[in-house]
Amino acid sequence: MDRRLDAGGPQVSLGPPGRLKPLALALPVFALLAVFLVYPLAEILRISFARSGGLGPLFEDAYYFERAWFTLWQASLSATVTVLVAVPLAWVFACHDFRGKRTVESVLLVPFVLPTIVVAVAFTALIGPRGAVNEALMRLPGVNEPPIQLLNTLAAIILAHVFYNVAFSARIISTGWRAIDPATEDAGAMLGAGPASRFLHVTLPMLRNAILAAWSLSFLFCFTSFGVVLILGGPRFSTIETEIYRESLFLFRLPVAAALALAQMVVTFAAIGVNTRLQRDLGWRGGVRRPTQFTWRSALAAAGVLVLVGAFTLAPLAALAERSFHAGDGYSLRYYQMLDDNVRGQVLFVAPLEAVRNSMVLGLFTMIVAVPLGTLAALGAVRARSALAEAIIQAPLGVSAVTLGLGFLITFDQSPLNLRGSPALVVIAHTLVATPFVARAVAARLRSLDPELRDAAAMLGASPLAAFLRVELPLISGAVAVGAVLAFAVSMGEFGATLLIARPEYPTIPVAIFRYLGQPGATNFGQALAMSTVLMSVTAAGFFLIDRLTGSATAKT
Amino acid sequence: MRRLALPIVVLAALLTVVAGGCGGDANGTSITVVTHDSFHMSEALIKQFETENNVTVKLLPQGDAGAMLTALILTKSHPEGDVVFGIDNTLLSRAIGEGIFAAYSSPLLNTVPNEFQADGANLVTPISYSYVNFNYDIAALKKLNVEPPKRLEELTGPKYKGLVVVENPASSSPGLAFLVATVDYFGEEKYLDWWKAMKDNGLQVVDGWETAYYTNFSLSGGAQPIVLSYATSPAFEQLFADPPRADAPTANILIDKAVFRQVEYAGVLKGTKNEAMARKFIDFLLSVPVQEDIPSQMAVYPVVTGAAVPAAFAEFSRVTVKPASVSAAAIAEKRQKWIDAWTRAVLR
Repeated sequence: MDRRLDAGGPQVSLGPPGRLKPLALALPVFALLAVFLVYPLAEILRISFARSGGLGPLFEDAYYFERAWFTLWQASLSATVTVLVAVPLAWVFACHDFRGKRTVESVLLVPFVLPTIVVAVAFTALIGPRGAVNEALMRLPGVNEPPIQLLNTLAAIILAHVFYNVAFSARIISTGWRAIDPATEDAGAMLGAGPASRFLHVTLPMLRNAILAAWSLSFLFCFTSFGVVLILGGPRFSTIETEIYRESLFLFRLPVAAALALAQMVVTFAAIGVNTRLQRDLGWRGGVRRPTQFTWRSALAAAGVLVLVGAFTLAPLAALAERSFHAGDGYSLRYYQMLDDNVRGQVLFVAPLEAVRNSMVLGLFTMIVAVPLGTLAALGAVRARSALAEAIIQAPLGVSAVTLGLGFLITFDQSPLNLRGSPALVVIAHTLVATPFVARAVAARLRSLDPELRDAAAMLGASPLAAFLRVELPLISGAVAVGAVLAFAVSMGEFGATLLIARPEYPTIPVAIFRYLGQPGATNFGQALAMSTVLMSVTAAGFFLIDRLTGSATAKT
Repeated sequence: MRRLALPIVVLAALLTVVAGGCGGDANGTSITVVTHDSFHMSEALIKQFETENNVTVKLLPQGDAGAMLTALILTKSHPEGDVVFGIDNTLLSRAIGEGIFAAYSSPLLNTVPNEFQADGANLVTPISYSYVNFNYDIAALKKLNVEPPKRLEELTGPKYKGLVVVENPASSSPGLAFLVATVDYFGEEKYLDWWKAMKDNGLQVVDGWETAYYTNFSLSGGAQPIVLSYATSPAFEQLFADPPRADAPTANILIDKAVFRQVEYAGVLKGTKNEAMARKFIDFLLSVPVQEDIPSQMAVYPVVTGAAVPAAFAEFSRVTVKPASVSAAAIAEKRQKWIDAWTRAVLR
């Protein structure tokens, strides 16, 4: 095992042909990417660069370089803070068992799917100048100004990124943690290492892959972050992605937008490549951690972590839900009743049940397509030890969503791929973004396994398929389950290119929220909050169900 | 493994059932109306149009006005829509320059005052208009003992420090409209000086209308009692108040030339296979029932003379001041320059 810990990063796939063969498993994903990522991007970049205007504005002054630098460091900082918060949370979930753990895990992931404007509204209700916290603090003697002023600051951006990313990061890390054989830690204890030293020298190195995987997903998410930066940070903090949005949809300088999109892809691609190379083969034979008994100290620590992270994540959600019931002068269900009532007889009215159904169907389809695709791709890339292949699989997360959306518009509007108006296009867009999440979660786990396990199975006469189904899959099923939950979440949250290809025939919950938020008036606002609460509930229920359905398989890990 | 397979099979079966519910279109002719996300209209009127013309109307919202126009331009060789509604006078010259319209002059245009007609002649038809201006939270200003300003210059004074929120002109159409108004109000040499003074006076800039109105505006729990919005917003605040109330909690700040009149146009899209029906749809938009429907649906004023508006509009959203006057051609020529200069002066 030590030998493997020091074995260096996976090598780029220029090795003997035997290494390339497993990449066949990643072919479905590569095909998907070729048709639905590379092709539309190449088209939109070609057309953009061909348009008049040129790249002049890019080099007039240092503005865009400042934006690029800011993007890079805010994403690195956000991802690092996220992981620092996620590790203790992962420890709670990996090493403890308690009643309601599954529910807590499901609820904590809910922020991931909320539209940014809704999160902004929630934060305002809680820590805005007239929010609950500031009003309480201002009742203290001597406090006349709202003491917490976070909106439109850098801190708000980092905070919101952590708010969005901490739960999925904790899930990925805790999957890795569960796979650590406690005997290893016990060995450390027998050699006289204290808890801190055991964590630093035994546990942490073994969590390396999971932490790096979580960091890289957070980094990509924050690098291409759009709504958080635009809405919570305010225009002073624009990133490359927000500049691409402005340049292409508002200033119509398509060549500038295309150049920025290219730059963004290069940086994110390189970052993923480096991150993957930093991951190590751990050569595990499938250690199994049973959640340890609570000692009073660890129980206290776990409770502390849960209360802190829970307050941070759940308080804004609770504030949001509270406001949705706060109709007029008292509490009532009025805004919920109004949801189903098309008072103004509007065309394009979104009935709430229809929106819920559409969101659920999209989420399920995305999950069903993305989970096998992502798992196979991870299997191929890890077996081939190809950092390049892994970086390619992650590519959709580093691509500008606006650019890709425009690419979709211009490429899939005629035969042979006339998907214009087809809901399939939306599923494909969601799958593009969901697959990297699945692949990252699974690959981090796979890389930790000892490849000799498969050789042993083969020597015992198992076919490769049987070896996979009987040996590897049970060992990675926890990671696959995490991937399934994340794929569903990605779809419910409507990330990425759906901005431009959403179809009025299949309105989803976020679409319904935006219809209400687009107009002034207390009842419109109230209905937007009610719909947001519906989104939170449906998503939490979805996570819970998926966890339940896959739970029996996970428990065997 | 077997345990994992079962739920997946169940899910797949479930999906097949649910997906079966999403059927295809009915046969017959149809037209597709491209519009922005803020489009609202009574379903009954659309139904009536469909019955009278034996046609199916497909509405296709494509993001905000800017996103919609970018999509139209990029797909102009192969348009999905037959007709477009919602291109305003800050975007019009660009749309016309890209050649996305087929000419049409509606016989109903004679019911529309000349001031709304576009310069381009016959390519687009004015349908509705609105004013972009500051609103204020009546109770909040009163509590601060501050009067609403009579001139924009006053807003740079200490009394108004930190009280104003506007939308970024580089990402929001009311933001851009107001930037253009300030160019007219102060002149091209001086407008940036006012904006810099505003920045020093604690001006808040946010990405778009939803953020300004629903997170920064004091009415929604934010810190700024003065927000850049529309003249119709106070009327909507009264119409959709909860609990119902007779007055509006907000009011307009109306200053000569510091108000931008946004006119929204419709046009037949070049390349349509159903030009006759597309034209009929534009006539339909100018018909009195539609003109009287859209004010309470989209918070806009009708362009047709004599079309009725809700009483709340007359009471809380009457605009009597002179709007800024900047031609669509001037906006087209200089908007990028103004936005770049503004971004570097205010956001850096």
